[in-house]
Amino acid sequence: MTTNPLVEIKDLNFSYDERAILKGINMTMPRGKVIAIMGGSGCGKTTLLRLIGGVVSPSSGYVRVDDQIVHELGRDKLFSLRRKMSMLFQFGALFTDLSVFDNVAFQMREHTDLPESVIRDLVFMKLHAVGLRGAHNLMPAELSGGMARRVALARSIALDPMLVMYDEPFAGLDPISLSVIGKLIRRLTDALGMTSILVTHDVHQSLEIVDYVYFISEGVIAAHGTPSEVRGSVSPFVHQFIHSEVDGPVPFHYPAEKYATDLNLENRIA
Amino acid sequence: MQRAKMDLWVGLFVVAGIGALLILALQVGNLGTYSEDKSYTLVGNFENIGGLKIRSPVKSAGVVVGRVMDIQFSTKTFDAVVTMNIDDRYQFPKDTFASILTSGLLGAQYVGLAAGGDEGMLKSGDKIMKTNSALVLEEMIGQFLFDKASEDDEGDSDKF
Amino acid sequence: MPRRIVIGIRGVGHRIIESVWRLGYAARFFSLILLKSGTSIRRFGLIIRELYFTGVLTMVIILVSGLFVGMVLGLQGYETLQKFGAETAVGTLVALSLVRELGPVVAGLLFASRAGSAITAEIGLMKATEQLEAMGMMAVDPIARVVAPRFWAGVISMPLLAAMFSAMGVFGGYLVAVVLIGVDEGSFWSQMQSVVDFRFDIVNGIIKTCVFGVAITAIAVFEGYNAPPTAEGVSGATTRTVVTSALVILGLDFVLTSFMFRGVG
Repeated sequence: MTTNPLVEIKDLNFSYDERAILKGINMTMPRGKVIAIMGGSGCGKTTLLRLIGGVVSPSSGYVRVDDQIVHELGRDKLFSLRRKMSMLFQFGALFTDLSVFDNVAFQMREHTDLPESVIRDLVFMKLHAVGLRGAHNLMPAELSGGMARRVALARSIALDPMLVMYDEPFAGLDPISLSVIGKLIRRLTDALGMTSILVTHDVHQSLEIVDYVYFISEGVIAAHGTPSEVRGSVSPFVHQFIHSEVDGPVPFHYPAEKYATDLNLENRIA
Repeated sequence: MQRAKMDLWVGLFVVAGIGALLILALQVGNLGTYSEDKSYTLVGNFENIGGLKIRSPVKSAGVVVGRVMDIQFSTKTFDAVVTMNIDDRYQFPKDTFASILTSGLLGAQYVGLAAGGDEGMLKSGDKIMKTNSALVLEEMIGQFLFDKASEDDEGDSDKF
Repeated sequence: MPRRIVIGIRGVGHRIIESVWRLGYAARFFSLILLKSGTSIRRFGLIIRELYFTGVLTMVIILVSGLFVGMVLGLQGYETLQKFGAETAVGTLVALSLVRELGPVVAGLLFASRAGSAITAEIGLMKATEQLEAMGMMAVDPIARVVAPRFWAGVISMPLLAAMFSAMGVFGGYLVAVVLIGVDEGSFWSQMQSVVDFRFDIVNGIIKTCVFGVAITAIAVFEGYNAPPTAEGVSGATTRTVVTSALVILGLDFVLTSFMFRGVG
């Protein structure tokens, strides 16, 4: 069964307060790959992650994870599925009242009966993987943004999940931290045999590490392909996105009345 | 914060709270002298109970011997039926006299028991036959004014 | 003009439906807390940690205010009672006012503004920084892991804090009346003990504080958990916790008092 894709999204529609956010999305995400979902701000990328995690339910269509249709699962089944996946939130979402060590140990203590000595070894291994073994005693408030993101990464791989989702893992990082996080995602995915889904708008960093890219624009998939396909894409949207052009298929101006009408020029002339 | 230190503080907190409860119960309240289970009830009919209330004390010779448990109005005798809980240690003769008194000029009202000389003692549920009503201030003042008025009119028969 | 009236009426109706909806939602939330309390009772360490924050850290303000309230009561009570030559009853006055009303109510108000607001702010911030959602994604129920321990810690600390407040207040009254003014110590205590009844006054006072404890912490966790996940959202929720708690305490106090002490001297 391992040949099946880990995540399969079929004809997925989602609306929020009758506003359609996702319209007929189809995606397949094979195991062991790093997949990026890109698009402008507010195009529904994060919503897609929430749909995969079962936080929200689709209006129609389905998300299948590990051969289970997510929104049809009961609470217990959903929770046992969630134990096999994890999510890295935009700003880490570390538990502010727990130390770095306790943050990484959190899921082990909640979900396993491992003795404290084993948990200790495991936590140090995870922290070592992200290079922060020395920071285990610090509180989240004492960490820089990049360090917090790395601790959150260590926490999200604490139980060796099969799927890790990253919500804007590169947002607000300096160039060094940014490439550290990027390299870590690639390395951990390969080393742990997991699957990674990145939601991001950082084109250059992600094109270097991912296996496949989906572009979402206005709720539909605008383009998809491997990084080299995408770089050579002739799609105007992808071109605008990759080359950060101000105007294009994604317009600079929010839809508005005619400029002349707003300035009341017609009446003045008349 | 160290786990052990936090536990210690929480322990202190709980001890202090329970200590405060005990102080309230023993030093402020009357739990130390409380003995509700060992008591018997007496009933008395009063023409007027004035300001007597449930839980008002029942005293004999100034000592609290019990408390008023219930006050009802009887539609048969058209007076107040007062049920009192009396401490088992105190027994009263059958011809005990119950009256409603006031502690101080404006103080709370209580039931005063004055023991008689009868050989037989009151049993639980017995009725006190001799009762004396409360002095109601308005009635006293009315009486006083009325007397004064009749004095001034030199015995005039102009009655209200 | 009629159109404005229609809009106004529609607005009122909307507000009413909104508040009824909110009330129903709050009731469902409350029963969820109770249902999911198993974890926090099994792992009592979680509650102990919260007891530290709601109880121990509120203790200082409770003790100090209790002392001062008791001292003021002693002073004012003495001034008034002395006019009737009943200054020995000052102990009774201090103890009864504290045990029946001021202890539960003032301790409740202090608890709401110290511990209640802290609970709301903490849970609200955890929500705003996606910690609650992260917990949910780790298959850990945030209501069981975050909300329920705080709720139970509040319910446990409130009666203890109110008892400390009252005991401290009686001590303050004693300091002023007996030590400073010189009321006879024997009659101070004996008058108090002869009037303050364990069952009717003290137990009823404790029942009040328990009810207030449930109400305040329920409001605090509800507001925190449902705060809009922004800075303004959290600060607004914190304010609402204090305001709603204060109103609920005073309202409930009236209801409970009229049930408990009606027809009882």
